[in-house]
Amino acid sequence: MNKKLLVLAVSALGASQAFAATEIELWHAMGGALGEKVDEIVSEFNGSQSDYVVNASYRGNYNDTMTGAIAAFRSGEQPDIVQVYEVGTATMMAAEGAIYPMYQMMDELSDGFDQDDYLSTVTGYYADENGNMLSMPFNSSTPVLYYNKAMFADAGLPDRGPRTWEEMDEFGNKLLEAGYDCGFTTAWQSWIHLENLSARHDVPFATQANGFGGLDTELVFNSDVQVAHIEQMGEWQQEGIFSYSGRTNEGSAKFYSEECGMYTESSAGYAGINANAQFEFGVSPLPYWASAIDTPQNTIIGGATLWTLRGQDDDHYEAVAAFFDYLSQPEVQADWHQFSGYLPVTYDAIELTREQGFYSENPGTDTSINQMTSVEPTANSRGLRLGNFPQIRGIIDEALESVWNGDATAQEALDTATDRGNDQLRRFERANR
Amino acid sequence: MHDNAVFSHKVLPYFLIAPQLIITLVFFIWPAGQALYQSFLIEDAFGFSVEFVWFENFIYLLEDPEYWNSVRVTFVFSALVALVGMILALLLAAMADRVVKGAGAYKTLLIWPYAVAPVVAAVLWWLMFNPSMGVLPFWMDLFGYDWNHYVNSGEAMTVVVIASAWKQISYNFLFFLAGLQAIPRSLIEAAAIDGASPFKRFWQIVFPLLSPTAFFLLVVNIVYAFFETFGVIHATTLGGPGSSTKTLVYKVYEDGFVGLDLGGSAAQSVILMIIVITLTVVQFRYVEKKVQY
Repeated sequence: MNKKLLVLAVSALGASQAFAATEIELWHAMGGALGEKVDEIVSEFNGSQSDYVVNASYRGNYNDTMTGAIAAFRSGEQPDIVQVYEVGTATMMAAEGAIYPMYQMMDELSDGFDQDDYLSTVTGYYADENGNMLSMPFNSSTPVLYYNKAMFADAGLPDRGPRTWEEMDEFGNKLLEAGYDCGFTTAWQSWIHLENLSARHDVPFATQANGFGGLDTELVFNSDVQVAHIEQMGEWQQEGIFSYSGRTNEGSAKFYSEECGMYTESSAGYAGINANAQFEFGVSPLPYWASAIDTPQNTIIGGATLWTLRGQDDDHYEAVAAFFDYLSQPEVQADWHQFSGYLPVTYDAIELTREQGFYSENPGTDTSINQMTSVEPTANSRGLRLGNFPQIRGIIDEALESVWNGDATAQEALDTATDRGNDQLRRFERANR
Repeated sequence: MHDNAVFSHKVLPYFLIAPQLIITLVFFIWPAGQALYQSFLIEDAFGFSVEFVWFENFIYLLEDPEYWNSVRVTFVFSALVALVGMILALLLAAMADRVVKGAGAYKTLLIWPYAVAPVVAAVLWWLMFNPSMGVLPFWMDLFGYDWNHYVNSGEAMTVVVIASAWKQISYNFLFFLAGLQAIPRSLIEAAAIDGASPFKRFWQIVFPLLSPTAFFLLVVNIVYAFFETFGVIHATTLGGPGSSTKTLVYKVYEDGFVGLDLGGSAAQSVILMIIVITLTVVQFRYVEKKVQY
């Protein structure tokens, strides 16, 4: 009797060991269709092997996810992987004891990892001073311009977006003359019309190589190019060529309803526009000022990355490394890219997407990649690394809104914003020294 | 002593109030103490470098013009919410008081909005006022008015005040109606016989008798506007445009939960705590004396 029980117990123990896969937690901020896609990718990974199980959970928007993960870390209950938006980069980097740099982890626990496989303009944003990748750039996007083909034809415009901001004036006026109320609207004004504007014209947004050089960086986005652009946008707002619709992507509604003929939005807005626009639309590169630069620089990325948090058992990191390897596979990347409009992060994934004929079937979908890869990035177009960046974005939003409603001139507004933003940078430097 | 005969047990009273005491300690006093402690610290988000800085966070705040702007916004907002909410509620209560037929239905309908959660109410108003797809801007457009509260600060303030006051009208209405019904009919009838006009009757007799209710509601409404309107602002304007609807509570959230500046955010909470304590003390000590009961 006892013997029988013992055998049973031993065999049960053996069985449970055989099935004891390492479980890791992934906290992300991808809601709706993107969230379902993430679940799909995760379950495919879980099904592809039996050693590891990733549990993905949606934790609200980017703010909620990051704040939640930090609070969890402080109480020792952190997830293994957390998705953090690009403006949180400086905060994550400064917390050296909290993060496990991706390059270190992959060197130790993965054999197939080669940083050169990844798009340098994407990884550069999340790399340390030696160019080592610190996080897994899961979803990166860059701003492009969407235009309504029907409205363009109606107004007698060519089948392409304005190449330059000079042309925007002409295109916008044509739309107004054709009886429309609005030329263009925008999403994420600070990201597109200040951060990317600066990168595209190769002028600094902040000193110390946009903050990559150290915490003692200072904002300098109140110089000529930026002031001229914001001033022009302010005039366009009065004339109706530009119509402001909110700080995030509320502008989508105005584009879908055919109130505005053009929309500057993230390349990742593609899926949404594709699903909601009842008209033909085209994608074209983000315009630049021909008066300010001959060949525009690359745009910079937005979106989020996956950070690995410290404080877990060693076998958890093997699971994380395996999952990151899986995410980097060309098939997975290409699928994610084609579904969402986020950039593929490896060269192989771009190549695969091209071979699959996606770009020729969906013209304009490679705009973002061309924009990112056509030129070598400079210190001004590598990205931004600023502490307290969420607050600085808020300050910029406030400043820009004061220009749109005519309360301040572009110069006044940007001067105030740099001063206030610099206070935030000093506060961050103070808290992290 | 006579009292001892009623409460002979010395421990029992404490035992009976213990549940409430524990709840107050755990959910109010302890977090408040934490906030006070954190307001003296400057630390990074993860808490790796923590420095005790005494009043530096407070000095930083008080020297920040943005903070004073937020103070101004909060006072304007609270005054408007309290005024709009109370005046409309009083008007509706005075009318509902005179309704003879179907009074129950009217009252139910007027009290209904109070059952709606603040965030849900805010989303409804957000939809109605949405410049791109809202029904109100659509109607205004027919009259040639271009509504866009994402650009115009006055319009943004209007949206948050309407959305906040709307809910509060039901609550105020309930109290005003009860107050009105408690006024003896004979007083009003006597005044009517003496030849006082309805307006005069209201101002000279009804309104003074309602003043305790009005005072109570003023306190409740201001506290509501200060502390319970976060959801409304978060769902409609996000504090913008500029910082024209960024109230003190919203700023605490923005700096603490978005910006992860825990020390600065805690310092703001402490100031908020002081403001509300002062407000309540001042109102009860000085205003209450002038109110007739």
